[in-house]
Amino acid sequence: MAIASAVPVSVEPDFYHTKTKYKGILGWIFTTDHKRIGILYLVTMLVFFFTAATLGVLMRLEMLTPGRTFVDAQTYNTFFTLHGIMMIFLFIIPGLPAVFGNFLMPIMIGAKDVFFPRLNLLSWWLFLFGGIFALVSVFLPGGAADTGWTFYVPYSVRTSTNVIPALSAAFILGFSSILTGLNFITTIHRMRAPGMTWFRMPLFVWSLYSTAWIQVLATPIIGITLLLIAIERWFGVGIFDPTLGGDPVLYQHLFWIYSHPAVYIMILPGLGVVSEILPVFARRTIFGYKFIAFSSLAIAFVGSLVWAHHMFTVGMSNTGMFVFSFLTFLVSIPSAIKVFNWIATLYKGSIEISAPLLFILSFIIQFCIGGFTGLILGTLAINIHVQDTYFVVGHFHYVMFGGTGFGLFAALHYWYPKMFGKMYKQAPAYISWFLATVGFNLLYFPMFVLGYEGMPRRYYDYLPEFQTVHQIATVGSWILYAGIVVMFVNLVVSLWRGEKATANPWGGETLEWKVPSPPPLENFDEIPVVTTGPYDYSKYEKAAQEVK
Amino acid sequence: MSSHAAEAAPHGHTHRDDVGSKMGMWLFLFTELILFGGMFIVYAVYRYMHQAEFHLAATELDRLVGTVNTIVLLTSSLTVAMSITAIQEGKKSLAMFLVGMTLVLALAFLVNKYFEWDHKFTVGLYPGSPELVNKPQGVVLYFGLYYVMTGLHALHVIIGMVVLAVMMGFIRTGTIHKGSYVRLEAGALYWHLVDIIWIFLFPLFYLLH
Ligand code: HEM
Repeated sequence: MAIASAVPVSVEPDFYHTKTKYKGILGWIFTTDHKRIGILYLVTMLVFFFTAATLGVLMRLEMLTPGRTFVDAQTYNTFFTLHGIMMIFLFIIPGLPAVFGNFLMPIMIGAKDVFFPRLNLLSWWLFLFGGIFALVSVFLPGGAADTGWTFYVPYSVRTSTNVIPALSAAFILGFSSILTGLNFITTIHRMRAPGMTWFRMPLFVWSLYSTAWIQVLATPIIGITLLLIAIERWFGVGIFDPTLGGDPVLYQHLFWIYSHPAVYIMILPGLGVVSEILPVFARRTIFGYKFIAFSSLAIAFVGSLVWAHHMFTVGMSNTGMFVFSFLTFLVSIPSAIKVFNWIATLYKGSIEISAPLLFILSFIIQFCIGGFTGLILGTLAINIHVQDTYFVVGHFHYVMFGGTGFGLFAALHYWYPKMFGKMYKQAPAYISWFLATVGFNLLYFPMFVLGYEGMPRRYYDYLPEFQTVHQIATVGSWILYAGIVVMFVNLVVSLWRGEKATANPWGGETLEWKVPSPPPLENFDEIPVVTTGPYDYSKYEKAAQEVK
Repeated sequence: MSSHAAEAAPHGHTHRDDVGSKMGMWLFLFTELILFGGMFIVYAVYRYMHQAEFHLAATELDRLVGTVNTIVLLTSSLTVAMSITAIQEGKKSLAMFLVGMTLVLALAFLVNKYFEWDHKFTVGLYPGSPELVNKPQGVVLYFGLYYVMTGLHALHVIIGMVVLAVMMGFIRTGTIHKGSYVRLEAGALYWHLVDIIWIFLFPLFYLLH
């Protein structure tokens, strides 16, 4: 991104070393600096991620042999519930927007902070409290919630476990998510630097913008729905409980009216990260900028209308089924547009292999597998067969983990030098990528087979004939976990041992690479004036042409 | 909005952008509307499923009380709107008086609501009461929704009162003044939201029978 007046080299200290109002830890937890808040989110989110991932590996361990391996059925139930709640509400939803969006979005649009810095801090506090609620619910008398992350009625009204703390956790986290979304929309509308028109915004910002709208428009529905269950449990008011005349299917509708758009909250920023990183390492101007930008909005819009494809077996009119199935197919179009554009960007690029790019390549392939299996699930006849089986578990892990999760790993490796001012060691990063990708596919691909053969999800036991495939998946979970551990050990150790990073180690063209690593408190000494689009690699393209 | 991008560039602490602040508030109001929207969906579905029983149950509510409360709340929206005009004209004590009036009216609404609920409880129409459990399911659902929706609305009235009380303090200390009253506007917007939701609750519960 060429800038009219070259930004002078900053003499300001970076934001870690700027004097804050409070000292030490207080300078962090009461900060209103978007960069510090981003780091706060990163640390808290990773703690939750590791907890939940460990639970996942434990579940896989339980599935090593049929029958009881080391936990009983009730414990297994609480495991997948907690794993689901934490992965969804504490890891994948806040993951990219709250961490990287907070840290980078203001810099990418040439602003000094988000529009409502104090609200931003409040969001983080709510996030922390929500997480604490989720954890506390495990240890209170009554036992951890065992409803699955979906809290389906009537079970969630009847079970004696701690559903209310878990619900409150989700409610508070939803509130936090709304405030972040609201803040981002306002920031993107009001604080872009001069010359930063809508179509000069980096695509990551576009994806955050679409995500923010879903956060604002869909989250309140889950808020009220979960609140209604809590009220139902507390006061015995009849709302969804069939014994009081309520309709449990209505609950499912309301739940998915939020939770399906929510899966686009999870995936859109991941797609944005791909569009951001790919052109840098292909040294090519991104192909089809406007298509990618608008496909985010299209996904956000159509994605809000497909919720009932989670409910094909609960009883719905044929017309309803047909419409929801059709709309589900429709969402795949904007998603495919993105994939085609990425491939076209790579085509004839001067590709430079690096850790972030490798994670992105895994992302694209895994996202495609996840997407295609989504189409299979959206087909009415097949859906009836594989509903609530491991096929579904495989599908959503491919999209959420193979997609967004890997996107997050890529983002971490790509922006790490910017965020911490250090460069990590390359070899361990490559090893971790290799282990994670191999482990991931070994873990989740067998699930499609299992599901197709009829292995239901959320069971701690299975028929003996499934054992081999289950064991392959369990071995996969160990390899994957090893990869993740290598990755984080490498990144953490490099905080101290790593070499100092330059302002622009990858040759990125977006604004965050024009400021020092790590950036100074106010990001820019002078607000930049933007004159070109975000991925202007024409000079490389010309050079590549001449070589031929 | 892109034309505003340039002027919106922040300049340290002096940065002020009332349009942006109000935009944030509007977005927040959207979320509140959708929150209640979820309940309106539930209401609509159950009303469709149990039409006759909803009619029957609605006759238990006192239209007069509802009407009085509607008038009280609408008037309070008027006073809060007038307080903005007052502050625009720099009439500080008038503005404070009008916000105070709004608070008094809000309190009147809550007191009225309290007696209404209290009456329902004495005749045994509350969730889980022996009276209600024996009634048809549609009636149980109706009263469930009645308590939840008006209860949540009352909670919003209380939140709105706290917000307006803080605004009154801001006017007193001069934080809100003739040249800068976007906070008061945001508070008033919230108050109008509380009002608007009631405008839908009132006919749905009191008038439709
Ligand atoms: C180390 C990584 C992970 C492992 C080993 C793992 C493993 C598992 C297993 C074994 C299940 C339960 C299957 C069943 O019995 O039905 C499960 C469920 C689930 N996982 Fe993961 N997972 C991992 C990462 C993730 C990530 C990154 C996400 C989200 C972004 C995620 C989201 C979920 C959800 C939503 C469920 C469904 C919970 C429910 O049924 O209520 N998982 N996972």
